[in-house]
Amino acid sequence: MGKIVIDPVTRIEGHLKVETIVDGGEVKEAGCSGMLFRGFEKILEGRDPRDAQLITERICGVCNHCHTTASALSLDSAFGIADKIPDNARHMRNLTMGFHQVQDHILHFYHLAALDYVDVTKVATYEGNDRTLKSIKAFISRGELAPFVPRYEGDYRFSPALDQELVSHYVQALDMRHKGHEATAVLAGKLPHACAVTPGGMTEIPTVDKIATLLARAREIREFVEDIYVPDVIKVAETYGDYFEIGKGCGRFLSYGIFDLDGSDPDYTKRARLFKQGSTSVGLEHSPLDLDQINEWIKYSWYEDNTSGLHPFDGETRPMPRKEGGYSWIKAPRYNGEVYEVGPLARIAVGYAAGDPATKEMVNFVLDYFKASPDVLFSVLGRHAARALCALHIAKNLEDWVLSLKPGEPAYIDYTMPEEGTGVGIVDAARGALGHWIVIKDRKIHKYQCVVPTTWNASPMDDMGNHGPIEQALIGTRVRDEKNPFEIVRIVRSFDPCIACAVHLLNHKGRELRRYIIA
Amino acid sequence: MSGVKEIPAVWMGGGTCGGCSISALNTVAPSIKNVLIDEVVPGRHISLKFHTNISAGSGDLVIRVIEDTGREYEGQFLLIVEGGVPTADGGVYCIVGERNEEPIPFYQWVVELGKKAMAVIALGTCASFGGIPGAKPNPTGVKSIMDIFKEDGITTPLINLPGCPPHPDWFIGTVAKLLIAGLPKSEDLDDWLRPKDFYGQLIHENCQRRAYFDEGKFAKKFGDPGCLYELGCKGPITYADCPIRQWNNGVNWCIKSGMGCQGCTQPEFPDFLGSFYEKLTDVDIPRIGEYWKKLED
Repeated sequence: MGKIVIDPVTRIEGHLKVETIVDGGEVKEAGCSGMLFRGFEKILEGRDPRDAQLITERICGVCNHCHTTASALSLDSAFGIADKIPDNARHMRNLTMGFHQVQDHILHFYHLAALDYVDVTKVATYEGNDRTLKSIKAFISRGELAPFVPRYEGDYRFSPALDQELVSHYVQALDMRHKGHEATAVLAGKLPHACAVTPGGMTEIPTVDKIATLLARAREIREFVEDIYVPDVIKVAETYGDYFEIGKGCGRFLSYGIFDLDGSDPDYTKRARLFKQGSTSVGLEHSPLDLDQINEWIKYSWYEDNTSGLHPFDGETRPMPRKEGGYSWIKAPRYNGEVYEVGPLARIAVGYAAGDPATKEMVNFVLDYFKASPDVLFSVLGRHAARALCALHIAKNLEDWVLSLKPGEPAYIDYTMPEEGTGVGIVDAARGALGHWIVIKDRKIHKYQCVVPTTWNASPMDDMGNHGPIEQALIGTRVRDEKNPFEIVRIVRSFDPCIACAVHLLNHKGRELRRYIIA
Repeated sequence: MSGVKEIPAVWMGGGTCGGCSISALNTVAPSIKNVLIDEVVPGRHISLKFHTNISAGSGDLVIRVIEDTGREYEGQFLLIVEGGVPTADGGVYCIVGERNEEPIPFYQWVVELGKKAMAVIALGTCASFGGIPGAKPNPTGVKSIMDIFKEDGITTPLINLPGCPPHPDWFIGTVAKLLIAGLPKSEDLDDWLRPKDFYGQLIHENCQRRAYFDEGKFAKKFGDPGCLYELGCKGPITYADCPIRQWNNGVNWCIKSGMGCQGCTQPEFPDFLGSFYEKLTDVDIPRIGEYWKKLED
């Protein structure tokens, strides 16, 4: 029996450690630990509620715009203006979130995940005239290969020609993702950490020149997704087909939905959204979303035990760094008391289960292509495919949203901040269900809790002893080469973890991995 | 071979959101591909030994790379630090990797590598001044690199590039200047160790809405034309060249988008002078006429 510790897991956002016990080549036990705690909830207490959105977006430099939007929605709801936001602002928020999410999916596939499958060093044998590839060949010939080596060695399966093509797309994708940021900034001010999304709407007013530039930008990013990103995911799936069978996970899925198609319902759980709200399982039956079913458990997290099992409105963040039995400061959120996966796969599964025609069409296209049944979706490759489909679905809507903008018309409604109030803002961020809960007293933040996608996915065990989704996806996996545990990092990265968002933790010295004792 | 000098660099992230890295990826000319692969100035290539979001390897592999770089290139490598340094409870709130099964606090990395580096760039407001994780009540005891160096008597040259996040040009420009002109002279930096090239003037001095301020025309709500001073703009006390440089390839910037400056390059960010939405009080704000009059005197 051996222990594989990967600390830090790179090419994700933030500080993550993954520990597994492998026996007879199979993962018997797994633990995910976030390695950073900053205490945002504490920092927010006592501040002007309006500041929440400018502070919480700084939880994460990758998902910042998702926090911006979730926080603005929670403040709109706390200020009683959730159903009064001008349509112009709704379209602008959809557009900024849309451009941001597409570039985020591109970033994840090419720059965070692809190096597990693509071998940059194969460009050394390139003989063609492409300037990018020639410059990478020159880089390789100089002999300093950082940051592309060291790495796990062995399981790189592409032919040199395909590998070289994917490396050139890696570089092209670097360009596309900063262009996605540029397009977001046209309406949001700047990125990362936008400023123009605000409670009440947007500080920007759309103009004809912005509409013109956004149309061109929306077309460019859509064409990249259609012509490059989606086909590249298919190439990975064709070459690494066994990953349709690896990394299944917990089999339950939760989505808050995203992209408001109508702003008149103050209850975000009931709003018409492009991606649907709700929950489902591998059986693909749909249940409506009920935010009252969310609780956070902390028996195995470094918080005081008497704060376990609370709904986010009552949530407490009282750190206890050396609590016996704890192994992560990521809390364990559960829905209906059960473990749920969030993210693109959950969005696609919930949309499919809800009978959304666009989602069904996309999914059926993929399943037909691979002559597969829906259960292959619940896998490493299923997550990558779902992420690409989410990007495609958004990219196909961006141009319509641009054309919905009314130049010169208001995008902001003034409001009076109440003395007291509560608000909740929910969105499906690039990485999954994201909720911000605020309680206001004396026009100050009394309590603020964020339950973020990676808190769901990278959660430790709950008080009932159930492992979190990534842990479940790891347990039972066969690891072919313990020195180069590709299976583990490919599973972990398929979830696109973002530990800066998950906000929390550390690990104490000499810990046993629960019931397994390491000799 | 090929006569290209390799400049090793290590990029360490601590109490950070990763936004400084993402902002650096947004560099347009040079592109981030140019920075990573090509000669960033002729004959010089930055060999980025470790970056948590980019490095292919994980775990022990990269921990060894970081340690080896410190040992083999002592006095020759560039250290880029992103994020504040949590120091409470022995630095337990931010761990980067293990050594002999012992967790390594980020604080320890900063001290170890900081002593050995040729120069250190504190990238972003958290590394420069503590920033958001160091905001009241500073739950994890976050300190800036500057404070850590002072306490530990580390004398490695330090450049602060604050901003939440910093503009990619500020970072790329500073690195290019290091490669072309060597370490900055003391007159190149302000009192807060910020390069005057980028932080030499107030937002207020170059603001596109400045004329409204001088005319006393103030926006009363968002979306209005006018100066954003009464809606909480911190431009009058914030040093950075955003109004001239603009953001994201020049498409926009905070004040152009109708929101006030949040003062994100300042050591006081984010706690100073109340809410982002509250008007600055008790601040001596220069008017254009007075500024020139002072110069003439």
